[in-house]
Amino acid sequence: MRVEDLVRGVLEGKRRPLARLITMIENEDPQASEALRLLYRHTGRAHIIGITGPPGSGKSTLVTRMTAEYRRRGRTVGIVAVDPSSPFSGGALLGDRIRMQEHSLDEGVFVRSMGTRGHLGGIARATSDVVRAIDASGKDVIIVETVGAGQSEVEIIDIAHTVVVVDVPGSGDDIQAIKAGIMEIADIFVVNKMDLPGADRKVSEINAMLDLDQKMGEWRPPVLLTNGRTGEGVPELVDKIDEHMVFLRESGLLEEKGLQRSRDELHQIMEYRLTRELLQHLRGRPEYERAIKMIAQRHDDPYSVAQRLIAEFLVELSRSGGGDEDGG
Amino acid sequence: MSPSRKIRVLIAKPGLDGHDRGAKVVARALRDAGMEVIYTGLRQTPEMIVRAAIDESVDVIGLSILSGAHMALFPRVMELLRKEGADDILVIGGGIIPEDDIPELKKHGIAEIFGPGTPLDEIVDYIRKHVKV
Repeated sequence: MRVEDLVRGVLEGKRRPLARLITMIENEDPQASEALRLLYRHTGRAHIIGITGPPGSGKSTLVTRMTAEYRRRGRTVGIVAVDPSSPFSGGALLGDRIRMQEHSLDEGVFVRSMGTRGHLGGIARATSDVVRAIDASGKDVIIVETVGAGQSEVEIIDIAHTVVVVDVPGSGDDIQAIKAGIMEIADIFVVNKMDLPGADRKVSEINAMLDLDQKMGEWRPPVLLTNGRTGEGVPELVDKIDEHMVFLRESGLLEEKGLQRSRDELHQIMEYRLTRELLQHLRGRPEYERAIKMIAQRHDDPYSVAQRLIAEFLVELSRSGGGDEDGG
Repeated sequence: MSPSRKIRVLIAKPGLDGHDRGAKVVARALRDAGMEVIYTGLRQTPEMIVRAAIDESVDVIGLSILSGAHMALFPRVMELLRKEGADDILVIGGGIIPEDDIPELKKHGIAEIFGPGTPLDEIVDYIRKHVKV
């Protein structure tokens, strides 16, 4: 399929081209970057919501309930469910769809499972671009469910406008709650399985932790109770998520975060491209190999060599009038 | 082909029987062989299976059935795949399926049937051989 056709299909909201593009993104197919380049202008419309929390806290079930609520409110939903890939085989068992069956034939819902493929941080390396593709396809809301996260899987904040941290009663004491990590990234806390004993206590523990927070801005993360099994508390959760978006917009934070994100992303892409060009330029050159040998034998040091090679590369680049124009 | 290409497999249980141990064993074996396995749970209609296969862009669908309804459900899955233009997906089956039914199922486009006692490696090898990576 030609990239232009693929892009047109995605923009028309068709499932197959979107699904195909996601596979290409995951497989780092060069055509995927071309497609994303063409789609970029059509992104930035969806409200992106991150759902994170420990394994077994009921994230998938909650996502299903939230989706039902959004559908009732007439909004379309994309879901990206991330599960861990095995560090040993590279394979993955992606089981989040099991709990999402009730939406399996709804035209307004698109569900995609992703393996982390060796990436740490709670999502896959490609998750950000996959979300972008779904955004371009016109979904109103995109819910990203991270892998069962502990204390350091916080990359979801780079993608989501609103991060919901899900916890359950009886999971650790109040010291766990003040530890670093996912507790710090929540815009909204959810204590799920509210029918279990200890739910109210969990709410007070989280609130006590929030009381200690010195650098809290204008938005104090609310702590909500839900029951993913019955759906109790889910409409209130969706209300809060909407409220958070209004807050982001009115406080100017949305714009600020958007700028920061564009800055980070541009930075990353430039770094990647520059490195790639530099290495392509150096690969196989005898003087490059010689320099490496000199470093290994301690006749030279990597700091000076790096500086020299980069300086030479930049001079050559300016003489030739810029890098290649592959657009890939 | 890109080095990070992974074979994606949907393991699905069409029909009404509630036994998915076999499906789970196969799913696990495929995972251990480095594939990404999407398991959708019990009691899937052919429509749900085809929809999941398309959204997830799988290379393979593995249908497991013990209820005896395979002659109705397997061809229905193939028909829907063709309708969606997704009949390039390799479809294999397993479970309790009488020998006599196999030629008919293959006529409908099911690539292979793996009965009880099939060594797991055989399924892994079959998929690796027949999916163009």
